[in-house]
Amino acid sequence: MAVKVLIPTPLRPFAGKRDTIELKARTVGEALGSLTAEFTELRKHLYTDDGRIRSFVNVYLNDEDIRFLEKENTPLKDGDTISIVPSIAGGR
Amino acid sequence: MLSLNENLAREIRAHGAETYPHECCGALLGADAESGRQVRALFRLINRRVDSPRNRFSVTTEDVREAERSAQDAGLEVVGWYHSHPDHPAIPSEFDRENAWPWYSYIIVSVMKGRAQNIASCRLADDRMRFEPERITAGAAAELSR
Repeated sequence: MAVKVLIPTPLRPFAGKRDTIELKARTVGEALGSLTAEFTELRKHLYTDDGRIRSFVNVYLNDEDIRFLEKENTPLKDGDTISIVPSIAGGR
Repeated sequence: MLSLNENLAREIRAHGAETYPHECCGALLGADAESGRQVRALFRLINRRVDSPRNRFSVTTEDVREAERSAQDAGLEVVGWYHSHPDHPAIPSEFDRENAWPWYSYIIVSVMKGRAQNIASCRLADDRMRFEPERITAGAAAELSR
């Protein structure tokens, strides 16, 4: 399925300075896998060392958080848009 | 280098004092120029961490989107975030680092016994292993950057 991935500003330096990447994938997980295979520097910002999506990385399919869908197994259809949206947190 | 004028620095310090002993937080709206990054406005946010607001802060995805919309409306972008460290130095914690994004500037204001102290800024290194200090310039704010 041909889909678009919207890259948030802080990650654009690691994605060829692009704000949108078009790729083909069957699931959200496969799309993120293709994305990080093409732009390897993105991987450490999106995934933990053991391969899980970082807790402060929110992934939306169109306008729906994939945590409320089928997470990384969420299937894609042509024309879908995947957005990576930052969560912001911290503390002393 | 991060340009932050005295009024904005004062506003961050005031926000930190207002929410003491809880952490405050907000977005830095600005732009990157040849001379460095400039903060031109702040966007106050509510600390959503109700379980431990004295030593943690978080904002919702909708808060992030609202800050981004506000920046876009002003012809700016979100170039970073600020928060306070109540009764703690303006030094990023391990928790700050673990949750940080690259590229953004992270401003921290120390608030001791309700009084705002110094302000510091840093950015996450590309390898995520550490924060790198970011010098703050502009009037009194420069003196506050340590």
